[in-house]
Amino acid sequence: MSKAVSALAGAKASVLVAIEERGLQGMITLRGDFASAAFKKAVKSVLGVDLPGQRAVAVAGEKAVAWMSPDELLVMVPHEEADAVVEALSGALKSEHHLAVNVSDARAVFRLSGKDALVREVIAKVAPVDMAGFGPGQIRRTRISQVAGAFWQPEAGVLDLVCFRSVAQYVFDLLKVSAMEGSEVGHLG
Amino acid sequence: MLTLTCPYCGVSGEETEFHAGGEAHLKRFISGSTDAEFDEYMFLRENPKGVHFERWRHVYGCGKWFHAARDTNTLEVFGTYSAQVSEPPKEIKDKISAKRPGWSWRNFK
Repeated sequence: MSKAVSALAGAKASVLVAIEERGLQGMITLRGDFASAAFKKAVKSVLGVDLPGQRAVAVAGEKAVAWMSPDELLVMVPHEEADAVVEALSGALKSEHHLAVNVSDARAVFRLSGKDALVREVIAKVAPVDMAGFGPGQIRRTRISQVAGAFWQPEAGVLDLVCFRSVAQYVFDLLKVSAMEGSEVGHLG
Repeated sequence: MLTLTCPYCGVSGEETEFHAGGEAHLKRFISGSTDAEFDEYMFLRENPKGVHFERWRHVYGCGKWFHAARDTNTLEVFGTYSAQVSEPPKEIKDKISAKRPGWSWRNFK
């Protein structure tokens, strides 16, 4: 088995906010029927959280479950546990029509941290999202300048962003430019 | 610039987050249909100045297809609704009637 490495090997930049590639993060795409009791039960028993509501993120320790679409969840677990969690989910959902797949190595994760208004402003410059109405507990899948991405805030002043691994360098450079010293707009406070 | 609300994930996003998918509520005519029916289905599209119905996909978001009713002239969006219908729901038609009395589009009015 080859050694897993993240897209940018933990690249960091400290500009208006701190930008960091978070390294290896286990991610699982889980699709199924959210209305089904068996599906809800499987999520609760394997991941320890209730099914998140529309565009919400549910966190339980190192695990998090994010609502991606009416039939898709993004499950975040430590990288080395991803395969075991996929197996557990597949087992718990044996009788259900579902899909659980480990997508950890297809993605890159970035963390922005600093002053909350600035963190949201850096994103507001590159995504068509009203960041004044965005905060912890929500996830937003959207366009990050020219590529697809999603982000959520684990807490005020911190924002995690996922994108495809193949565009990791682009997104890192984009965030650096968006957070360039002297580029504050200040419209978010 | 259009602002569309995805009926599946509830996001109100601007046009660049979505992708247009052409005219809505087309009835497919394939093998067994007459030439005239196939011609109409394959090549003839509405191009109104005013009320129009389209398919859109929330391509950078939840990835779902949906329908939108809008005015091609003013870019006003009357509403968006599920992709799993073959004609606009009553509340969408009522909303359009309130703003554009006497509108019609193909067989709908």
